Parts: sequence; structure tokens; C-alpha cells
Amino acid sequence: MPDPRYQTAKTLYPYRKVADQNTPARRHPVVVVGAGPVGLALALDLGQRGTPVLVLDDHEGPGLGSKAICFAKRTLDIAHRLGAAAPMMDKGVIWNVGRVFYGDGQLFSFDLQPEEGHRHPAFINLQQPYFEQFLFEAIVAARHAGAPIEIRGANRVTGLVSHADHAVLDVETLDGSYQVAADYLVACDGARSPLRDMLGLGFEGRVFEDNFLIADVKMKADFPTERWFWFEPPFKDAGQSALLHKQPDDIWRIDFQLGWNIDRAKELEPARIRARVDAMLSAQTGQVPSYDLEWTSIYTFQCRRMQSFRQNRVFFAGDSAHQVSPFGARGANSGLQDAENLAWKLDMVLKGEADMALLDTYATEREFAADENILNSSRATDFMTPKAPISRVFRNAVLDLAKDHPFARPLVNSGRLSVPCTYDGFGPDALDGPVQSRPGSVCPDAPVENGFLLDLLDGQFRVLVIGDLPVARVRAPVTTITRPDPLLATRYLGNAAAAVYLIRPDQHIVARWPMFDPNAIEAALNTALCKG
Amino acid sequence: MSITLTPNIPDPDGFYDELLKAHEGLNDTDSQALNARLILILANHIGDRQMLRAALRAAR
Ligand SMILES: Cc1cc2nc3c(=O)[nH]c(=O)nc-3n(C[C@H](O)[C@H](O)[C@H](O)COP(=O)(O)OP(=O)(O)OC[C@H]3O[C@@H](n4cnc5c(N)ncnc54)[C@H](O)[C@@H]3O)c2cc1C
Repeated sequence: MPDPRYQTAKTLYPYRKVADQNTPARRHPVVVVGAGPVGLALALDLGQRGTPVLVLDDHEGPGLGSKAICFAKRTLDIAHRLGAAAPMMDKGVIWNVGRVFYGDGQLFSFDLQPEEGHRHPAFINLQQPYFEQFLFEAIVAARHAGAPIEIRGANRVTGLVSHADHAVLDVETLDGSYQVAADYLVACDGARSPLRDMLGLGFEGRVFEDNFLIADVKMKADFPTERWFWFEPPFKDAGQSALLHKQPDDIWRIDFQLGWNIDRAKELEPARIRARVDAMLSAQTGQVPSYDLEWTSIYTFQCRRMQSFRQNRVFFAGDSAHQVSPFGARGANSGLQDAENLAWKLDMVLKGEADMALLDTYATEREFAADENILNSSRATDFMTPKAPISRVFRNAVLDLAKDHPFARPLVNSGRLSVPCTYDGFGPDALDGPVQSRPGSVCPDAPVENGFLLDLLDGQFRVLVIGDLPVARVRAPVTTITRPDPLLATRYLGNAAAAVYLIRPDQHIVARWPMFDPNAIEAALNTALCKG
Repeated sequence: MSITLTPNIPDPDGFYDELLKAHEGLNDTDSQALNARLILILANHIGDRQMLRAALRAAR
């Protein structure tokens, strides 16, 4: 039996013995190692496309404790396409009011009004175990509808041999070891990725010399649903910064940035944590509300990535491939985009609809995205923890100015929320259209009759025609919106009278034109599929 | 348009005096902080990233 490495929040995929365990390595089209958010999303996407997928995880459910809580719009849009977003929206918390403090004064507050004409808000707060549970429940539902997805809990991968055209895994269970072979293997096994180590691949980057104390507290009385962020909190021993925001179930997440040289054991003493939390919670009202400590932990963070997300038939996705500091919530959110990027490509290659070269674009696109996420998260960290003395001078100057002068507020950086990256180099861009929908970017949502545009982009290549244009048959299905909603027109037409967009299964825009030219569309489609 | 590196400030001596006066009575730390605020205010006023980049280059 593989000893659990951590406690689980709930049991979702209990161990069951299967016939494979008594046979020589059976070959599966796709094996995913790790049933975290990324592995589950990938399995769900592949299974819904009809491609059989086997998931191996060495636990039987999501880990207990404080991990991701901030799930961004793109993640919700992906989850919606996969049929998992409704319970996330029901359970998740949406906050609008944020306050930024510096020392003992408030610098400014802001009200995040949702942008009009999108199905989903900019993000929700939801504990990661719920997020994983809802993905898992969508897998169960998809399986009932015939999706070939199998999850084997308490199956630990202990060995990996990567061949040119397949990979073989050693798997350890309660009933002994067995082998599994895979045409394609995806390592979604987290930041410590044992599979990465098994292949001897590096994970280079930057460690931030800082410790973050995380306390999830359950309030017994009302407390405002707001996000509070302090630079240089005035309360005793609070460290360099502190953050408070709400999760479902009356739980508030509190982070204290403690610095590098700390005594971890001492900092985790409940009495010491309570003293800090008391000081923070009473900072605004002078009164300590009644609360329980639900979970506490100390983290250090790093920004690093693998040099290449692919080796032979082995792909790395999520934290195994890249790790970022949590400011801006780019871990799980970017991992979901990895999963979405890889799912359709594996599916099309396995079905013979695209050449193997398409799979290289997974690595190049997501490596580019990882660099962007690492850049954003490093910038936030540098603002929060200035390294050189002059950085601190500028940082504090920004904060001093932000109180009275709105111009300085956009410079205040306590994390920029995860947004999907734009893959430059797509095209052609033959429309003089809006920047936000240029080739490479993910489709902005917009209202359409009885719903939202993204609902029409259901995971296959699609041609979107906006306006009244003559169309012809092409290899991809065509969707026409003759009379676009004004918001859709703003986001997709700009000054153009009509437009034709070619859109990938992951809702990234391939190319756009002012007219329907079947040859141009076919050519762009071939390029997007790495053909010819 | 490129960044102006030819004389552009009317009454240069008067301006220089005002700049120094703004620092009067401040210790080093507070002076540094004032300079930083001043840079940020001026940078925001200019806004144009190309211009700011040219200014940074000229200053280095
Ligand atoms: C304090 C904190 C706050 C965070 N906040 C956010 C946030 O607000 N938003 C956000 O997007 N992200 C956040 N993150 C990051 C987020 O938690 C991770 O990015 C996310 O969990 C990555 O998902 P994953 O599926 O790649 O890996 P994991 O969630 O780590 O899952 C890996 C899975 O692989 C399994 N596994 C490992 N080894 C083996 C093996 N040998 N055999 C079989 N199975 C194996 C593990 O048991 C696990 O189930 C936060 C992280 C921390 C620590």
C-alpha cells in the first residue's frame, strides 16, 4: 500500500483492484498521472471527446488544507465548457470591494464591478478541494453519458521509462506492483513531480526568500465580504504584508508574509497565530470577532519551470511543469489552460485528424504562457518584497502617492489576477478589428441570443461569421450571427461592418478576415493543425 | 516626437532653486523619498512609454 503523503479532504476515487494488475502491461492511449485540478480537467476534456483516458493518483481524493482559493474567469469558462462550472458558481464567493492599507491607514478602496456581457465574473473564491470535487463529479456524469474515463485511486507511479513512441510506468498498490503502458503520458503530478525526477529533468528558477503563514479562520459572526491587503501592517509581528479574503462556509483566508529567517515551529504555535489574527481582525473595528482556526500552514514560494514541457511521448502540465508564487493566483488557473491546450491536440492526433507536429505546439505555447505567468508573479513579489534599497524607496513612494492620487494606484501590485495569454504569431489578421480579439487571443465572451458566445464555441474548430456575409462550405462548422449584440460588435467588429473568425477548440482565435474566403480559411486551418 | 534634451525650462536658475528648496530641511531618507515621488509624478505626466524609455536611457 502506498503510504499517504498527506491527509485527504474527502474520498472520491477509492482504491479498487482491476484486471490490469494481473496482466502484462496493457497499453492505453492516454495515461494521466495525478488527479489534481489539472489531471482531472484534462481527463474530463479527453473523455468528453471520446478519447479513452486512465488517471492514476496515489491518494483517493483531494488533499486537505489551504491551497488555491482564487479561480479566474478563464478557468470558469473552461469548466463551463466541460460541464463543471455551475456548482463552482453556486458554492463560490464573489467579492467586489477591496481595500488596500499601508501601515495603519487605508490607501484606497475599489469596487470590482463585473464587466458587462460575460457569463462569468473575473474570479471566484472557492477552496481547492471543492474545485476538484466538482470536476470529479462532472467526470462521473460524463462517464454515465459514455465518456471513457477511468480513475485509479491509491495507485502510485514509482517508475517510468520513456520510449520514442510510448512510455511504461511501474505502479504500486495495496495488492502489489504492476505496469501500465501509454501511447501518451501526461505528468500532472504536482510541483514535486516524481515523474520529472524519474526522467532526470530539471526545474530551474528562483526561490523567493520568504515565508508565508496561512491561516484559514472560521468566523462565528458576520464579517464583511471584502478583500483587505496591507503593506507593512501596523499590528505586532504581522510581517511585511498581510491579506484577508473570504471563502465559502464562513471561512476567511489570512496570509502573513513573515520574511526569511523565522522559526517555523514557533510561528505555527496556535497562541502565536491567534495573537496575529486577533490584531488583524480588530484593526478596523477595535474588536476581535469570535473565530476558530481551521487550518494553518507555512509556505515558501518559487518561480520556476521546466525547460521543455515535452519529452518523447511524455508531457508535463500544471505545477509539474511550472511553479509560480501565488500572487495573482496563476497556479491552478494556468494549469487548467495547459490541460485545455493539450486535450484537443492529443485527441485530434490520436484520431488521425492532425499530425504529431501539433503536439509540439503544446510545449511551445504553454512554455510561453509559463514565462508570462512567472514574469507577472515575479513582478508582484518584487513589489511586495523590495529587494534593493532603492526598490523599497520607489515602492513606498508609490504607496504614499496612492492615497491621494489615483494615478499611482495601478502601480500598486499585490498580484495581478490570472488572465489567459495571447499566443503571438497566429494569423492572418486581415481585419482591422479590435485588439482584444486579435489572432492568438482567447475569445472574449459576449451576449448572444439566449446566452453567451462562448457557449457556441463548443470545443471544435469553428468559423464564426458576424454580420451578413455570403458563406460557403469549409472543413470546420460555421456559426453565423447576423445581427450581433452591441457588446459583441464592440469586441469583434470594431469599425468593421462584418467579420469572419477561425477559432480553435480551446477558444483561441486563429485568424480573422473581413470576408468569407474558403481558401484562406482552409489554409489557416492547415497552419493551425501544423499541416503542410 | 523624441525626448527633449535641449534647454526647455524657462528661468533655469529659478527652477533649480525651487528644486533644492523642496528638499530643504529633509534628511537623506526623506529627500530620497521625495525624489522618488517626484519621478513618479513626472513619469505619469509624460505617460508615453517610448518617451519614458528614452529618458531612462539618457539618465543612465
Ligand atoms: C497556499 C497556496 C495558495 C494557492 N492559491 C492559488 C490560487 O488562489 N489560485 C490558483 O490558481 N492556484 C493557487 N495555488 C496553486 C495551486 O494549488 C496549484 O497550482 C495546483 O494545485 C496545481 O495543480 P496540479 O493538478 O498541477 O497539481 P497538484 O494539485 O499538486 O496535484 C498533483 C496530484 O498528483 C498526485 N501524485 C503525485 N505524485 C504521484 C505519483 N507518484 N503517483 C500518482 N500520483 C501522484 C498527487 O497526489 C496529487 O493528487 C496555491 C497554492 C498554495 C500552496
